[in-house]
Amino acid sequence: MRHVPTGLIVLFAGLLAGCQAEQSALAPHGDQATEIAKLAWLLFAMAGAVLAIVLAAVALALHAPDRVRKRLAGSPAVIVGGIAFPVVVLTFLLVYGLSLTASESRGGTADLRVEVTGEQWWWRIAYPGQNGESIRSANEIRVPVGANVEFVLKTADVIHAFWVPSLGGKVDMVPGRTNRLTLRAEREGIYRGQCAEYCGGPHAWMGLTVVAMPAADFADWLEAEAATSLTPADDGAWAGRELFLGAGCGGCHTVRGTNAAGSIGPDLTHFGSRRSVGVDTLPLSPENIARFIEDGQHIKPGNRMPPFRIFSGTELAQLSNYLAGLK
Amino acid sequence: MTDRPLIYPNELPRPAGELEALQAAWKLPRGWRILSAVNNTVIGYFYIGTALLFFLLAGVLALLMRLQLAVPSNTFLSVETYNQIFTMHGTVMMFLFAVPAVEAMGILLLPQMLGARDQPFPRLGAYAFWAYCIGGLIFFGTLFFDLAPSGGWFMYPPLTGSEYSPGMGADFWLLGIGFIEISAIAGAIEIIVGILRTRAPGMTLARMPVFAWTMLVFAGMIVFAFPAVILATIMLELERAFGMPFFIAEKGGDALLWQHLFWFFGHPEVYIIFLPAAGMVSMIVATMAGVPLVAYSLIVVALIGTGFFSFGLWVHHMFTTGIPPLALGLFSAASMAVAVPSGIQVFAWIGTIAAGRLKFNTPALFVLGFLFIFTLGGLTGVMVAMVPFDWQVHDTYFVVAHFHYVLVGGMVFPLFAAFYYWAPAFSRTQLSEQLGRWAFWLMFAGFNIAFLPMHLTGLLGMPRRVYTYPADVGWDELNLVSSAGAFLFALGVLVFLLDAVRNLRPSLTETAGNIWKAGTLDWINNELYGLRSVPIVTSRDPVWDQPGLEDDIEAGRYYLPFTYSGGRETIVTATMDARPDYLLRLPGPGWTPILAALFTAAFFMLLTAKFVTVAFICGILAVTMMLVWMWGSDPAPLPPVDIGKLVVPTYRSGPDSHSWWAMVIIILVAASLYLSFVFGYVYLWTVTPQFWPSPDALPAISKPLTAAALILASSLLLFVGGRWLGQKLGLSVMLLLAALAMWGAIALTLESLWRSGFRPFDDGPSAMAYLALILQAQLALPLTVMAGFTLARQLTGKLDPVRRNVYDNLALLWHYAGAQALLGLALVHGFPRMVG
Repeated sequence: MRHVPTGLIVLFAGLLAGCQAEQSALAPHGDQATEIAKLAWLLFAMAGAVLAIVLAAVALALHAPDRVRKRLAGSPAVIVGGIAFPVVVLTFLLVYGLSLTASESRGGTADLRVEVTGEQWWWRIAYPGQNGESIRSANEIRVPVGANVEFVLKTADVIHAFWVPSLGGKVDMVPGRTNRLTLRAEREGIYRGQCAEYCGGPHAWMGLTVVAMPAADFADWLEAEAATSLTPADDGAWAGRELFLGAGCGGCHTVRGTNAAGSIGPDLTHFGSRRSVGVDTLPLSPENIARFIEDGQHIKPGNRMPPFRIFSGTELAQLSNYLAGLK
Repeated sequence: MTDRPLIYPNELPRPAGELEALQAAWKLPRGWRILSAVNNTVIGYFYIGTALLFFLLAGVLALLMRLQLAVPSNTFLSVETYNQIFTMHGTVMMFLFAVPAVEAMGILLLPQMLGARDQPFPRLGAYAFWAYCIGGLIFFGTLFFDLAPSGGWFMYPPLTGSEYSPGMGADFWLLGIGFIEISAIAGAIEIIVGILRTRAPGMTLARMPVFAWTMLVFAGMIVFAFPAVILATIMLELERAFGMPFFIAEKGGDALLWQHLFWFFGHPEVYIIFLPAAGMVSMIVATMAGVPLVAYSLIVVALIGTGFFSFGLWVHHMFTTGIPPLALGLFSAASMAVAVPSGIQVFAWIGTIAAGRLKFNTPALFVLGFLFIFTLGGLTGVMVAMVPFDWQVHDTYFVVAHFHYVLVGGMVFPLFAAFYYWAPAFSRTQLSEQLGRWAFWLMFAGFNIAFLPMHLTGLLGMPRRVYTYPADVGWDELNLVSSAGAFLFALGVLVFLLDAVRNLRPSLTETAGNIWKAGTLDWINNELYGLRSVPIVTSRDPVWDQPGLEDDIEAGRYYLPFTYSGGRETIVTATMDARPDYLLRLPGPGWTPILAALFTAAFFMLLTAKFVTVAFICGILAVTMMLVWMWGSDPAPLPPVDIGKLVVPTYRSGPDSHSWWAMVIIILVAASLYLSFVFGYVYLWTVTPQFWPSPDALPAISKPLTAAALILASSLLLFVGGRWLGQKLGLSVMLLLAALAMWGAIALTLESLWRSGFRPFDDGPSAMAYLALILQAQLALPLTVMAGFTLARQLTGKLDPVRRNVYDNLALLWHYAGAQALLGLALVHGFPRMVG
């Protein structure tokens, strides 16, 4: 918002009430989003002006004195209004748009490279770790503030699109291709994103969170993320761990440090440190984890995880406590 | 203003019984037999009614979606239902409402406007309508059986491939829509030939009403755009049914190939819908202002320019797919350039309003509403053509708002203006001005309340095609407002329907007439046979500029006030200067078009449902019906006829014949389809080079060379046969040998590919090589049927050196097919050798 002329801010104050959300192209918190928001405001101003001119011309054609109307009523007016005027405006816009396209496509050198793979209907995430190994996670991306982060975008199945409006534009994830997008978060914050290319079923619930944090905090967090899962803190959690492994959850999910090494669903090694359950459908809490295990098909209809109704109430509590404890 | 002519083509009084004979020839079938009617007015009514029905059906789907989205986390519709509904809403609005609606307006209005008695191919028009009507209703019906497609109207693979969409829904889309597109192409052929060859004498291209110009560009664009998506649907269906991996990346296909082909059609589609609507606006503005259209020539240039530019924009639907910046820049520039022709039209309309005095009635209100909405839609269109801005708003509600402004503003508002404007020409009473104003203001307010907020919803991050959304993101109020607006809009449409029920009294004989004091021929009393006599047109607005025209036409003083053969007839004129060329005898009512349409629909739908045997029986019945109707065409020449101090022949062949023009357009359609294939072939080579066959893996070069020799021989044999028209044995032998050579070339190419180890389901390039053959067989099959038909005409003495259109048309398509086959061979066997 900083770059917008004050007048416009006042004018749009009412509308902007909604712009403070964490998922808005008009509330930029990253370089690219800021540049595009500037462009957007310029476009709105020009469109407003052009619309006003056209409406004024219509009003004149209807009501002006004959002298004025005679001027509008001929090929010269059509050539000026319909050819010269748009050509000038469009040429200006085109030059601006192309230079911005070029500069934003270059991206700059990457300080961090995060691989994001779209899956029906969640996000597989990999950070670079020690010795060329990658640190696996899912659905929530953390980035250091001020760093150029290159997102390496792929898909495991159909076409998805990676989009975090507050940080920048979207890029599709296309089978057989690797697309790249460099974004830089200007300040700390939690930015919501969402899959923007229709990918079937619960496409609506393929949300994404990007947490921008100070570089030092990020380094600490990444180190923790690279580690294996925490050992359960109490007997209840131990029992939950047994239930997790016994019920075959490891067929789909990985919890590093246990036998669970499935790769069909999201990696749960540090599940408890994320903010949500079911890919941004519910806030993370033991209760919501329990709900998702039993009734995920109602919370996120069509998702790939079948409902597990085999647990007693106590077991379910133990299991979800264990998972919530995987910080 | 010119003076009344001193000499008329025909003298008064007209002989007794002349009018009665004309009326008898054009008599409307009674009762339920009206289904056998082929006349453009009757078919036009049905066509518009059906298109309007689909508008209402798809509109109800939109209301269901708006109910679901009115509040966050709503469970009114399930995910799967919502996905089917949004897919059907888009598909039905685009393919079953918008294109057919403007095509219908063309079928209904053009003959009247051009002074023709009917369209040049009435049975083809009837077939196109019934195919669309029956196929469309079945397609829509899939919703009620949970069989509707759910992959979006754009049907992007791999989501719509067999792996991720195993059900029948996608097949219904591919076969159903593919088939309805064929019907649209049939209509386009009718419209092009009608405009170029059946204009009233003296109506040069420069005197043609702008609406006819827009329909000409519209039909031309269909010819070049629709084949691309037909090819894409063929490919995706082949992939789904037989595993030919055109769009599967790990097998050397590419998902983006679909997007290129789809949008090569999809973007022109927008202008295909908009241009005729703009044409209607041009007609209405001139009438309501009471002056000729300002800058007519500039508008015509703008229309043609739009047609051209629109084919260079398709990539702007793909700005986020990771395409290199240079290509982005080119397509961005082209996308902006297309705004200029629209600017010309907008200012020409404003100029026309300024030149006259606009009458503030319902049609004018809808036109003014259109000007506002469409201009805004055009401006947001310029915004999304800006690549970085598009990165943000692509696939969001901003784009939903944008294209509804363009399509509803650019097409629905003009269409309603047209309903109110032309109703008096087709109904005993005009529609109500009072209800019309209510309809307009409700629709106008409702539309803007529904769609203006969506711009913001999209910028606030709401993607399209979501069946619901979370509560805390800030979209709740905006969505509620949009939903309320949608219902207000629907209320406006209801008021219109009420008006139509109360006041629309369609009539073929007595209409309210020229209540707006319009200047074009469509406002002169039109019966089923069109005008009483076909006038000599000397102006763009003949009713205004040619005094006494209406009376003289009605009195029968102009051309062809009679029926010569006792049947239906119209005058065919020269393309440029509309000089009378020959008398075309037209068919009357018959059951073959509707039956052929029924069986064609059954063929496609049963094939989708995997009832293969029954499907093919229906397919054969459909072809049989067409052959039956074709048997009655190309009647024997009659002696030349005096249509009014002018003697014209009753038979023409070669480029003078209207059927020659139709065949040339069919060839253009086939060529567009094949060029799309060539594009796909070369494109796949650029993206998946690792799958490309090495030159030594290909069949030995002698094989394709032999096939090429067979193709050339086939064409030569057919050519020689043409020298022996009328000699039963000679032509028969030549036809037989030519067909054998044609199929021999296909068989040889197939065998050589298979022997060299290529399998259609192995990888993208192999699938493409087989596709070349499939496309060849797709021509060879109808050619074989046509050759058999020609043979039958020959043996029954209906073919001779004069009466030769059947042979000429066969030969045209045959030689084209040969050229296409040679190109295919060069591509599949030459290209890998050249680049490898």
